[in-house]
Amino acid sequence: MTAAVEFACVSRHFGPVTAPIKAVDGVDLTIAEGAFFAMLGPSGSGKTTCLRLISGFETPTSGQIRIFGQDVSQTPPHLRNVNTVFQDYALFPHMNVRDNVAYGLMVKGMGRAARYGRADEMLSLVKLDEYGDRKPGQLSGGQRQRVALARALVNEPRVLLLDEPLGALDLKLREAMQDELKALQKRLGITFVFVTHDQHEALSMADSLAVFNDGRIAQIGTPEQIYAQPRTRFVADFVGSSNVLPPAMTAALGGPAKWASLRPESMYLSASGPISGTVTALRYLGSGTRVVLRVGEADVAALVPTGAPVPQIGSASAFAFAPGALHVMEGE
Amino acid sequence: MTVPAIFAARGSADRLTGLFWRRPRLLLVLLLTPPLLWLGVVYLGSLATLLLQSFYSIDEFSGVVVPEFTLKTYAELLRPANFDVILRTVVMSAAVTLGCAVLSFPIAYFAARYAKGRWKAVFYLGVMLPLWSSYLVKVYAWKLILAKEGIITWAASATHTTAALDALLALPVIGGNSLSTSYLGMFAVFVYVWIPYMILPMQAALERVPTSMIEASADLGATRAQTFRTVILPLALPGVVAGSIFTFSLTMGDYIIPQIVGNSANFIGMAVYQLQGTAGNIPLAAAFAVVPIVIMLIYLGLAKRMGAFDAL
Amino acid sequence: MLSDRPSALLKISAMAGLLFLHLPILLIFLYAFTTEERTYAFPPPGLTTEWFAAAWARPDIWEALSLSLRVAFIATLLAMILGTLVSAAMSRAKFFGREQISLLILLPIALPGVITGISLRSAFGIMDIPFSTLTIILGHATFCIVIVYNNAVARFRRLSGGVMEASADLGANAFQTFWHILLPNLGTALLAGGMLAFALSFDEVIVTTFTAGQQATLPIWMLEELIRPRQRPVTNVVAMVVFGATVLPILLAYYLTRNGSETAGAGK
Repeated sequence: MTAAVEFACVSRHFGPVTAPIKAVDGVDLTIAEGAFFAMLGPSGSGKTTCLRLISGFETPTSGQIRIFGQDVSQTPPHLRNVNTVFQDYALFPHMNVRDNVAYGLMVKGMGRAARYGRADEMLSLVKLDEYGDRKPGQLSGGQRQRVALARALVNEPRVLLLDEPLGALDLKLREAMQDELKALQKRLGITFVFVTHDQHEALSMADSLAVFNDGRIAQIGTPEQIYAQPRTRFVADFVGSSNVLPPAMTAALGGPAKWASLRPESMYLSASGPISGTVTALRYLGSGTRVVLRVGEADVAALVPTGAPVPQIGSASAFAFAPGALHVMEGE
Repeated sequence: MTVPAIFAARGSADRLTGLFWRRPRLLLVLLLTPPLLWLGVVYLGSLATLLLQSFYSIDEFSGVVVPEFTLKTYAELLRPANFDVILRTVVMSAAVTLGCAVLSFPIAYFAARYAKGRWKAVFYLGVMLPLWSSYLVKVYAWKLILAKEGIITWAASATHTTAALDALLALPVIGGNSLSTSYLGMFAVFVYVWIPYMILPMQAALERVPTSMIEASADLGATRAQTFRTVILPLALPGVVAGSIFTFSLTMGDYIIPQIVGNSANFIGMAVYQLQGTAGNIPLAAAFAVVPIVIMLIYLGLAKRMGAFDAL
Repeated sequence: MLSDRPSALLKISAMAGLLFLHLPILLIFLYAFTTEERTYAFPPPGLTTEWFAAAWARPDIWEALSLSLRVAFIATLLAMILGTLVSAAMSRAKFFGREQISLLILLPIALPGVITGISLRSAFGIMDIPFSTLTIILGHATFCIVIVYNNAVARFRRLSGGVMEASADLGANAFQTFWHILLPNLGTALLAGGMLAFALSFDEVIVTTFTAGQQATLPIWMLEELIRPRQRPVTNVVAMVVFGATVLPILLAYYLTRNGSETAGAGK
């Protein structure tokens, strides 16, 4: 499989050369063609800058970016067959929806009838058949999001970049759009690169993802790998809020003296369990209850499914975990 | 898939776009060059010649400008006759600024706090139109109003207050033969012409006073007067300072109003105009013109420290 | 408790203040119809429309009007081009000297007009440039740039960088983005700026007296009539024309931008 996007030791620094702000700092990355790739990280971690490096709105301070094998260091954004769904959608306020969608075809010189035909097809694909004559200002947030999507897809881009596209939508709509986006990507076979700070979104949609921290990639892998085998404490904590166990505790539980992660949902109440302490907090989450146990110096959380007995705050309690649930991390 | 990942440039427009993208400074330089050339050459160049001329002097016998560096011309500013002109201008500017601030307040306060919807637009346009529209027409209107046979004299006699008007005109210094030949009249015209410049920034500053803050003050037991004095006035002050930059600077540089209304006492603007025109003493005119620049620079420096520029 | 209603005193003084700003102009209109030619007697002894005909028949007024219009048109055009260029540059990323440039643009209206006037005058004198329509335009365009700039820069700020990037992202080159995205969105702000610049130029008298030499724009014609009155009511007729020629563009500018956050004319 060819690589759609490759980063070779790419850095992007801002500010003075003497004391630069390293927004992206030596990133190596390969995104396979046809992948649904997510860039996950807290704000300021460099994921959006990476996206802008692909679209060409930022240029690398050092390193090389290749799109389908071609070095793009001399290619301005408008000559890259890469389209973006912007975070605030950036629809053209003075054009109606149809003209917005047909814009990319117009600037490439396609005739009016042909481009309107294509635009209407795209609008139908995103289920906005009746909205061609409206102005963006007359649409709801979810509808604008679909227009932005149609406007990008009509150009048949080789890579579609999505910058937190669901961030402005309410929860229900967001979940529906997640499914739709996923289905759309399967159907069109276009490489999607998706930036988000929402770990649920990244895990549920992507077939591979990169976790960003401080301008670097903390880990790349499939959602399963990232979730089950976090490489560093940061990944374990950021993705799925795992328990991060200090080396001494890992050793006490039978592992090597290294940092380890233990998912709350892989633990269960057991009087003879190896993790024992005092219950300090309970949080009811609907599907279960999160029980926080004070073990020596550390806090360890466990998820007790609804229906199972929940210990009292202040009582002594003990937990066991499924074999193999303790994941020893390679990195710090 | 047949669509390429990278398109070839289709023509010079694409290539130029690429060039601008690779060299963002180039576009910036191209955009800035014409306006900066204009302002740099035409405006700054002229200001520089003005400054230069103020260091020249005029030969007292031949009346020819001597292009040699000297501070003689500046020393001439300190001669009583010339210094009086500066003093008179500054005092008038300060008085006009004060007058504008006091008279602006009710309009600005009402427009900022109470005018809603249509009335907001009425107030906005009502202030903006006189701000932008014909300066000379407004001055002319006041010549009609202040004339001895004009509407004020008529109104005074119609309301049997002629005696009060005469008493006002009999006041030393600010009075005079008629309103149109007195400092009082000149003051009124200045205030009228420049007041919109005070209202708008004052209104902008007052609009930024959150209603909740006024309510909080009232909630804490402050009376109307206390709230006004301790909350509204201090918060409106940056707006007043911003407005005063305009009223002060505009009054100081004006030479039309003192020429048309007033007792033909000299002001800086008039002095500049007459010196460069009939008298042909460009160096002294230039030195006079530098005075408002210096005063305004000091004023702007002080205003900046008071945070007035946020209200502009 | 502080009520949220204005006191009667405040309401009355605010309304009175607003009226105070406009009533004197009405007086100009009234005096254009007076039968009294030599004084400003109030009330006018009689009313007549003969002064409109008298003004119409005066060639000096037509000449002044034509000069004013020419100057205002060309100065506005120049200011629109230069003001747009500089606002486009200023809306881009931060660069060295940005603050200084914004100060430079502001200077021609921040300093009293008499200074701009005498500066230009002495520069023309030193360089032996004879007074002409061009010298008037030079002065007017200089202080009109900031008017266009203020309007355009506010719109640039509101027009999020996003749409410009979106256009490039969709394959448009810089010229296509300018034509299809920038111009339609900037259009009304530019037009409004142009209108205000026109009004300002048409009405300007202080700088013009220094740069006009023997030529008379309409305001200069008026100024001469104010100092040495001949047919006073004719001056009133001209004043009405000047008033109309400045008020109409200002109103238009207001309506062009009233829905935005950056209504024209908020800062002169």
